[in-house]
Amino acid sequence: MPNLLTAAESKTNTMVIVPAFNEEGAIAGVVESIHRELPGAPVVVIDDCSVDSTVARARQAGGLVLSLPHHLGLGGCVQTGYKLAYELGYEFVIRVDGDGQHDAKYIPAILDALQSSGCEMVIGSRFVEKSSEHTSPVRSLGIIFFRAVLRPILGKPVHDPTSGFVGVNRRALAVFSKSFPLEYPEIETLVVLQRRAFRFMEVPCRMLPRLTGRSSITALKSVYYIIHVLLGVLINVLKYEGGRRRALRPQTKD
Amino acid sequence: MLGSVRRAHIRVEYSVAWLVASVALLAVSLSPAGLEFAAGILGLTYAPVALVLIAGAGFLLVFFRISVIISKLKDDNIALAQRLAILEFYVQNGKGPGQ
Repeated sequence: MPNLLTAAESKTNTMVIVPAFNEEGAIAGVVESIHRELPGAPVVVIDDCSVDSTVARARQAGGLVLSLPHHLGLGGCVQTGYKLAYELGYEFVIRVDGDGQHDAKYIPAILDALQSSGCEMVIGSRFVEKSSEHTSPVRSLGIIFFRAVLRPILGKPVHDPTSGFVGVNRRALAVFSKSFPLEYPEIETLVVLQRRAFRFMEVPCRMLPRLTGRSSITALKSVYYIIHVLLGVLINVLKYEGGRRRALRPQTKD
Repeated sequence: MLGSVRRAHIRVEYSVAWLVASVALLAVSLSPAGLEFAAGILGLTYAPVALVLIAGAGFLLVFFRISVIISKLKDDNIALAQRLAILEFYVQNGKGPGQ
């Protein structure tokens, strides 16, 4: 079993977190691929009360496993990972989902962008370059809709607002450890960043088809998703305090 | 209501709203003049409807207050679950918090 190291003890200042819920079919491959792309970085699988052999397979593949005492959902899992990384002193955290859709070979690109750009968040985006990425019609419609909603709020376009393949730095960790959208976090997170006048950028990546299981977003849940996320975005916009903070931040390029 | 508070089925601070609502409803329903007065303020010609409206408004306020309390409880529950998971993780991996 790998040893748990703080950032000071570790050879790397980067942790990879892998939220997982019943992903026994994909988790070993995910952990192994991350180890190949980022050797030495701790890979922590955040187990959201899986009832299959996700935990055992993650450990066999060389991952550390943090098991939640009850089901918190994706946002709760991710925030737990952020809290852990922040406590252990890590500078950067990459989130890779446990279902195998995030291609680990793009992790170095995300990390490079995070380290060199000064942005608080880097998103692995399927659509920042013209691609033949295929998503379901419902999801495509949702992405187009949220692009339009977010553009005036963020002040710049975001091509893949629903991507969970993200890297964050320590400044973002400090914020997300205290406050993080717990249901459907991807889109609201961008608005939370905007509230702090933090910056994000996108790097191109490809997503792999889901290795096992099915997406939990059904057509009916998509409607609930849209309403829930719109409400979350509205609330976060109303809390906006970026004007004052932006005046204090030094200007850096996007 | 008082019995529930005595038996600790409900915390005192949450019973206050119910007690106030119960007393107010009782007072209004036992006083035809009071009911007529309330109906007049609300612009109603049939006084008993005022009782229903006042009761409905009271319930809305109490339910909203309960939603606020439940939201806080859920946030606290999530934070506790995360803290517990992280501490167990430290124990399993031979680390203490802050090490």
